[in-house]
Amino acid sequence: MSVRVISDKCTGCGTCVTACPFAAIEMREGKAFITEACTICGTCVEVCEFKAIEKEMETGPAKDLSAYKGVWVFAEQHRGGISSVSLELLGEGRKLADKRNVKLSAILLGSGVRDKAKELIAYGADIVYVADDPALADFNDDAYAAVLTTLAMQHKPETILAGATAIGRSFFPKVASTLYTGLTADCTALDIDPDTGNLLQTRPAFGGNIMATIVTPNHRPQMATVRHKVMKPAERNDARNGEIIDVKFMQSGEPRTKVLRTVEEVCETVNICEADIIVAGGRGMGSAKNFQMLEELAKLLGGAVAATRAVVDEGWIPYSHQVGQTGKTVCPKLYIACGISGAIQHVAGMQSSDVIVAINKDPDAPIFNVATYGIVGDVMEVIPLMIQKLKESRS
Amino acid sequence: MDYLLTEEQIMIRDLARQIAQEKIVPVRAELDEHNKFPWDIMKAMAQADLFGLFIPEEYGGLGKKSLELCIAVEELSKACVGVSTTYAANALGTYPILLFGSEEQKKKYLPDIATGKRLVAFGLTEANAGSDASGIQTTAKLEGNEYVINGTKQWITNGGEAEIYTIIALTDKNKGARGASAFIVEKGTPGFTFGKKENKMGIRASSTTELIFNNCRIPKENLIAKEGMGFIIAMKTLDSSRTGVGAQGVGVAQGAIDEAIKFARQRVQFGQPIASFQAIQHMLADMQTMTEAARALVYSVARYIDSGAKDISRASAMAKLFATDVAMKVTTDAVQVMGGSGYMKEYPVEKMMRDAKILQIYEGTNQIQRNVIALDMIKEAARNK
Amino acid sequence: MNIIVMVKQVPNAAEVRINPETNTLVRDGVPSIINPYDMYAIEEALRLREKHGGKVTAITMGPPQAAEALKEAVSMGVDDVVLLSDRAFAGADTWATSYALSMGIKKIGSYDLVIAGKQAIDGDTAQVGPETADMLGIPFVAYVRKIEEVSLGRMVVERLMDNGYDIVETALPALITVVKEINEPRLPSLKGKMKAKSLKITPWTAKDIGANESKIGLKGSPTQVVRIFPPAPRGRREILSGPIEQQVDYVIKKLKEQSLI
Repeated sequence: MSVRVISDKCTGCGTCVTACPFAAIEMREGKAFITEACTICGTCVEVCEFKAIEKEMETGPAKDLSAYKGVWVFAEQHRGGISSVSLELLGEGRKLADKRNVKLSAILLGSGVRDKAKELIAYGADIVYVADDPALADFNDDAYAAVLTTLAMQHKPETILAGATAIGRSFFPKVASTLYTGLTADCTALDIDPDTGNLLQTRPAFGGNIMATIVTPNHRPQMATVRHKVMKPAERNDARNGEIIDVKFMQSGEPRTKVLRTVEEVCETVNICEADIIVAGGRGMGSAKNFQMLEELAKLLGGAVAATRAVVDEGWIPYSHQVGQTGKTVCPKLYIACGISGAIQHVAGMQSSDVIVAINKDPDAPIFNVATYGIVGDVMEVIPLMIQKLKESRS
Repeated sequence: MDYLLTEEQIMIRDLARQIAQEKIVPVRAELDEHNKFPWDIMKAMAQADLFGLFIPEEYGGLGKKSLELCIAVEELSKACVGVSTTYAANALGTYPILLFGSEEQKKKYLPDIATGKRLVAFGLTEANAGSDASGIQTTAKLEGNEYVINGTKQWITNGGEAEIYTIIALTDKNKGARGASAFIVEKGTPGFTFGKKENKMGIRASSTTELIFNNCRIPKENLIAKEGMGFIIAMKTLDSSRTGVGAQGVGVAQGAIDEAIKFARQRVQFGQPIASFQAIQHMLADMQTMTEAARALVYSVARYIDSGAKDISRASAMAKLFATDVAMKVTTDAVQVMGGSGYMKEYPVEKMMRDAKILQIYEGTNQIQRNVIALDMIKEAARNK
Repeated sequence: MNIIVMVKQVPNAAEVRINPETNTLVRDGVPSIINPYDMYAIEEALRLREKHGGKVTAITMGPPQAAEALKEAVSMGVDDVVLLSDRAFAGADTWATSYALSMGIKKIGSYDLVIAGKQAIDGDTAQVGPETADMLGIPFVAYVRKIEEVSLGRMVVERLMDNGYDIVETALPALITVVKEINEPRLPSLKGKMKAKSLKITPWTAKDIGANESKIGLKGSPTQVVRIFPPAPRGRREILSGPIEQQVDYVIKKLKEQSLI
């Protein structure tokens, strides 16, 4: 497959050069020239008024993908608790499975987790593959990948999903690499092409400035990791029935990596990726002391506290609370940005929040471009007032 | 203006500028406020090879000369003269070894200086010897294989932080200036301690202390050149480093202009940016013209020195005098352009104005520079008669 | 200790802007930089070399201009560089990129550790590291924020997780990806810059690294981008003004209406 300029038709207008999201088109001798940065996304084909660019499809030897059936969800657990993103995936996976008229399976790995399999069935799984083994107690890339790879080879699922968590994003690539198949990271929307069965995987790129839809046309299983909070969690129904299949984990030789110790960060009350409400502060908070006000507001709302890179660099709060390009990407229901100017690096990490409230004294601050509600005023005035009002309405 | 710098000189300028922007600007106000020595910045500069700039390649340096040093000093000074003083004083302390040291001394000290592993300071000034350097009272007496040093040096830049000190002491009190000699003293030598750190008006990131010698014994080999050469070594050292002080002046002046013009374009009065007022425009024009003239002079003198010229006193004195007077004037005007804001610590120009003042004072006051220049003119006129 | 650092040249995100009319990325004049996370990888490699000796080699795959990124790595102190550049590599997704890099690394020869940034800021996939590790047949540890100790054939690191961190022991050689917390990258040095300036980089082609043609570039990529589009515009924006109390009341009312609080 490639994108080709039809020289006779090209007028050298340059529309495609500006439209190309990958800067892969140059003008050479008055005609458009596609460079090797091209990703065959086809944007230029659409914008060209002169039909001077075409996408050539190569019809390679059609592979028989019909042997691959079923939707699988990696059910991530933390100390025996099923992570919220896994429930969201079961909800989404159910929809995909129903569209394809196939079964939804969950993969559960860990030690002493077998009784959680029923819960996964209640949340929509038809089959749960459980590997319950002391060697799987801690997250281990090799062990997790080995179990999933073996299962996938045996049962040939069409689609495998995981949460875009530290664990999912660490070991899924190893599975995709071994299976020689496509993996799309950090998806925010999934759909199925009914004709081909291709999973339409949509994800943000360039810090959320553009969206790309990606498919894996000739390889199976098609794999994707999915962001927190973008899919609706499955409804629990304890009356559902399903099959639990135990899987033996075979440790071959001495493990190459070992978790010696796990340390939970003390100040972390709520993992910001999982929080429904986030109160975030920027350098505009002025000082570490002022920043503590946000803790109070967050507590009042039952949310978590996050921060910009500048604040983390100042040492007001640990790195695990950082939102943005060099921190975490979050999409809570409500994001309250306090004293945050709205640099692109920060916005990239929070712009898909459902509702954004921005508080800034500068009415021209770029944060207001992504805000649902903008309060123009000094955070030192606004936040104490908010806290007071919220307390009043509670009592 | 294009000064036809070589590719390497541009590389040096860009790297110094990057250090200034990324490492110095974010912390300069804090260093100033708390009188804090910039060790982190020194480490970054060492890693970037800036300490080896003017050290010959055979001792691990880059083998560059005055012009390159001036370019680096100028860029650092744009951000903070306190930091650039620390860097320039290191060069000042190194010159006695570089210009007059024995092969053994060079081999022993220059490689560590070039990598920035050890910082250097120069000790000449005393309570009774400022502009009149012949008034020094610190003595060094040869006893067997050791010199015994007694006395106190005052206002020594990098004092306490440097590990190598090149100092001037009298080996023969009766000979006056011709009885002075130069020595290398290492930090940690018994009998060598530091007085209190001075609380200064400006360049507060730099360390300024007394050096106290109380029967401090150093090996005979630490004498630089010969006994009696001390005064000549000091004068030649100052001749070599003075242009660098001029470069500091050019840097701080340019730094102040950059802030002033940025402010003038943003600050609105009477419905328009103050940059649109002729009163402001003329000030900015004068500031930039004077600074450009100072830069042209500093670069020319540096190139003249690098050509191997012997008699550089007058030229280097002129570069220092002019560029630092310009720095004082331009930084003062930058505060004026910015008005009340310029006077506040929230903006960097008040610091630049405080910092600029020292440039008219240290390494020979500008009055002494005028003496040097005039005496050389008179001597020349007498020769040409 | 011989270390290989994988770097990627990316457009400087801080300067990428969106044209509000066409909703496309404005990349004109946007400078290319080394992926910021890879800078931490380079720094960590240099620190390990300073402590344990050995050699640091930087490898990248990209168009001929990617040589600039390698030169920057040299100016920071990297000893040797490898540029994988060939039109046949074009259009590679993470799988095909990892394949080419793993073949390049195999050609470099013996190594104790491979380091990369946790992800690249243009694609944000975080997949090339683990996929390359798999293809090299070596263990992988993601999100390393600290290297605690290195001894013969093994290493102990801290791995950042969603709720804290793990202390992980891994056999060497291994591939790790590093996060921002691990260090502060150094600036280039003058000697490094001078070395970089005179450096001639001869690219390795697909043939040079013995790559299977069906596994590289677009042809070797399981995934394909089928559509690029601007993100959905956000709903109505309401930027308030007036007395603070009024603004606060209004927002609280709105949030309550939507059962957000």
